[in-house]
Amino acid sequence: MKAFTDLYWRLDATTSTSEKVAALRDYFASAPAADAATALAVLAGGRQLRSVSTSQLREWAADVTGYPAWLVEECYAHVGDLAETLALVLPTPEAAADAATDPGLAEIMRTTIHDLRGADEARTREMVMGVWRRLAPRERIVWHKLLTGGLRVGVSRTLVARALAEVAGIDQAEMAHRLMGDLPADAAAFAELLVPEATAADSRRPYPFFLASALDRAAVEHVTEDLGNVADWQAEWKWDGMRAQIVRRGTDTTVWSRGEELVNNAFPEIVAAGSMLPPGTVLDGELLAVCDRRLLPFAMLSKRASRKQVTKKILAEVPCVFVAYDLLEEGGADLRAMPLAERRRQLEQFVATPFTDLLVGTAPTDAGRLFLSPLVAGGSWTDLAANRAESRARGVEGLMLKRLASGYAVGRTRGDWWKWKVEPLEIDAVLLYAQAGHGRRAGLHSDYTLGLWDDDKLVTVAKAYSGLTDAEIVELDRIVRATTLEKHGPVRICRPTVVLQLAFEGVSLSTRHKSGLAVRFPRIVRWRKDKEPTDAGTLADLRRMIADHE
Amino acid sequence: MGRTRRASSGFVVRDLLEVTESGLYCERGDFYVDPWRRVSRAVITHAHADHARAGCDRYLCAAEGKLVLRSRIGGGSPIDTLRRGESVSINGVKVSLHPAGHLLGSAQVRIEHGGITWVVTGDYKLHHDPTCASFEHVPCDVFVTESTFGLPVYRWQSPEEIAAEINAWWRVNRDAGRTSVILAYALGKAQRLAAMVDPSIGPIVGHGAVMKLVEAYRASGVRLPPIDRVPPRARRVGNGRALVIAPPSVLGSSWLNLFGESSVAMASGWMTLRGVRRRRGFDKGFAVSDHADFPGLLTAIEATGARRVLATHGFSDALARYLRETKGLDASVLPTRFAGEATPDMAVAADDDAPEADA
Repeated sequence: MKAFTDLYWRLDATTSTSEKVAALRDYFASAPAADAATALAVLAGGRQLRSVSTSQLREWAADVTGYPAWLVEECYAHVGDLAETLALVLPTPEAAADAATDPGLAEIMRTTIHDLRGADEARTREMVMGVWRRLAPRERIVWHKLLTGGLRVGVSRTLVARALAEVAGIDQAEMAHRLMGDLPADAAAFAELLVPEATAADSRRPYPFFLASALDRAAVEHVTEDLGNVADWQAEWKWDGMRAQIVRRGTDTTVWSRGEELVNNAFPEIVAAGSMLPPGTVLDGELLAVCDRRLLPFAMLSKRASRKQVTKKILAEVPCVFVAYDLLEEGGADLRAMPLAERRRQLEQFVATPFTDLLVGTAPTDAGRLFLSPLVAGGSWTDLAANRAESRARGVEGLMLKRLASGYAVGRTRGDWWKWKVEPLEIDAVLLYAQAGHGRRAGLHSDYTLGLWDDDKLVTVAKAYSGLTDAEIVELDRIVRATTLEKHGPVRICRPTVVLQLAFEGVSLSTRHKSGLAVRFPRIVRWRKDKEPTDAGTLADLRRMIADHE
Repeated sequence: MGRTRRASSGFVVRDLLEVTESGLYCERGDFYVDPWRRVSRAVITHAHADHARAGCDRYLCAAEGKLVLRSRIGGGSPIDTLRRGESVSINGVKVSLHPAGHLLGSAQVRIEHGGITWVVTGDYKLHHDPTCASFEHVPCDVFVTESTFGLPVYRWQSPEEIAAEINAWWRVNRDAGRTSVILAYALGKAQRLAAMVDPSIGPIVGHGAVMKLVEAYRASGVRLPPIDRVPPRARRVGNGRALVIAPPSVLGSSWLNLFGESSVAMASGWMTLRGVRRRRGFDKGFAVSDHADFPGLLTAIEATGARRVLATHGFSDALARYLRETKGLDASVLPTRFAGEATPDMAVAADDDAPEADA
């Protein structure tokens, strides 16, 4: 546990990528394989499950310290991080474990975390209190984060892959590929991950996704200047769905989300369609929900994707298709190094029907669920810009620009793939509630709930976390404190004084919000210090934006 | 406050001290404690800017703090002093000053009249500090206590442990040829740090704002290790071996470039919290404070035997509620001039001439 704790604090203390990689490398090179496998799952794995509820932890901390529950809550509201709050209020440990008795990470995870799942409350309480008595405050923070499933240390999977590639002495892209899909579960599998020569690939393993970067300058003259000759580029619509890969190998067909989660259960019809592909085929594309030749809102797709099992009803209400962008493997051969133009030609052999045919209704809808991402024609950047301007009416987010000569890279490699997104919608909204942030913004009120006018009332429409500078957040935090009307735990209701310009990608009707409207990807563009709350927008303004774009 | 209470005799008596527009006021003695505005007579707990305003007609402070106070408020107004154990009668009210352990010359003000005793702490700490007299527990009826760090998450390490951490950081930097820059309030914390660290590791260098007060400390008889002034247009001062003590205002200024490669640490009680340190981008944070931590506040309060406690600054709400509910004391909040609440970021960002600065 000490070695992993040291790693955590080393990662926490730096913002430098190379120092983070060095810390990871040192840890993975020296940790026992079982601990390393556990650490890898914690750092690069998906969602971590919590084995104890945070309210139980707070209650027990109050018991141990003798502080009233409200005082522990007050501390949490101030610190903004429960793991840290508890570590700081708990009594100093009786005797910290020395090096000889320090349990490894794998053992800690097994005995104090995994084994707690399903345990009764009394046993859990006894275990938690026992660990509290043993660990020093800096270890407690890390252990609390493991226990509550909230360990995040600003390390991307790419960084972990880089560090492991250095330990194994292999190429980083190869390591990134080995890390796709299911991570090694034990010491033996971790050791295999590090062998220098390629091993028999897991038949289900997808390829690391190549991600596009947003264009820094969206005006057509800047795009012309930055990207050069339009003939070197392929343009497609940027569909607002879920990026995914269909992996067809041997007798297996798997569908993977960009978060590297297996989503076969949520999308059985896509798995069925994929199983028609010849073995040794991998497609990269987008899952979209389409009903009656209309694209359904992203929220419906997202709700379906979160299901472990889908019912017949959902299959009928939210039918899905797969729109293929790229062919990554054919006949078992990795095509990623091949130029895009060539991969596209081969892709068209597999999937012939452009997705747009489904929408205009000229193609039979029962021809399968695999479609081709149609190209957007444009003899010039100006033509493409005109197409981009139609994006919202088409239900897409803008254009994707891919260099025809480019290979399929790993991660967000800049230069060959660009998102040329449509300009966002904007409205001025009033700050109504603020909540203390977490992590780097712990203790600062940095999560904002914004509202618009509905007659003479302000109604909440969106939550936004980002968009202000650190200095503005500190300044706004002071205003939040000074204009607080009521406190509800970490949330403060503020007297309306602050106007923030809100940007978002679209508006849809929603039953989840009091306003009856939901905005997509809300974020703050700027603080309108020149405006009073009475100058802010209305719900009617927002409703009009749906009408304008449908 | 302006609170009236019924005495046992049945007469209604007014509080000995009340909060007015100009600050905490003793009407009976016609003097203020740490006034916010210019007044005729000011009793000063310590020389930090949010406690000692310039421009009053007459000051009273602890004898050890006279030179430091003079360097902060400038010349002109007379400063009366009291030695430890001395008292003075101001319009029939008995006033004496007792060490608060916050910085050189910091004092609690004991005010006695008509058989009732109040103690106003100003800022204080219980931990040992080689640059000032240690906090004295003074029995009283009403205790006006600071509560800057009045939450249980604030629990300081011992000064020895902190000193060992700072020395270890300095040593690692020195061995890597990197200057160690430690940011601290120019008055009090800076001198305490100089006295805490191990001067055999390398040279100690002080920013101009720090040196002005180092001189006042030395002239008051405090022993400090050799501290070099940063020479103008210096190049690679101390050759990467030095510990530089500077106020937080140098952060982000070109002044820091004088030292080549450096590691920048902040010394403040707020550094207890990981989020505060990360947000401000310090390489390192040392939770070294001149205020009482939560257990320290409770110890001090209990030792006075006071039944009535007024908490001020910081987490006064939480501390007062805790004292009421858990200790059965008559505890409430004494309002301060500064609207809203102090936040760690304000304290860490501020220079020591700003309000709410000293932590």
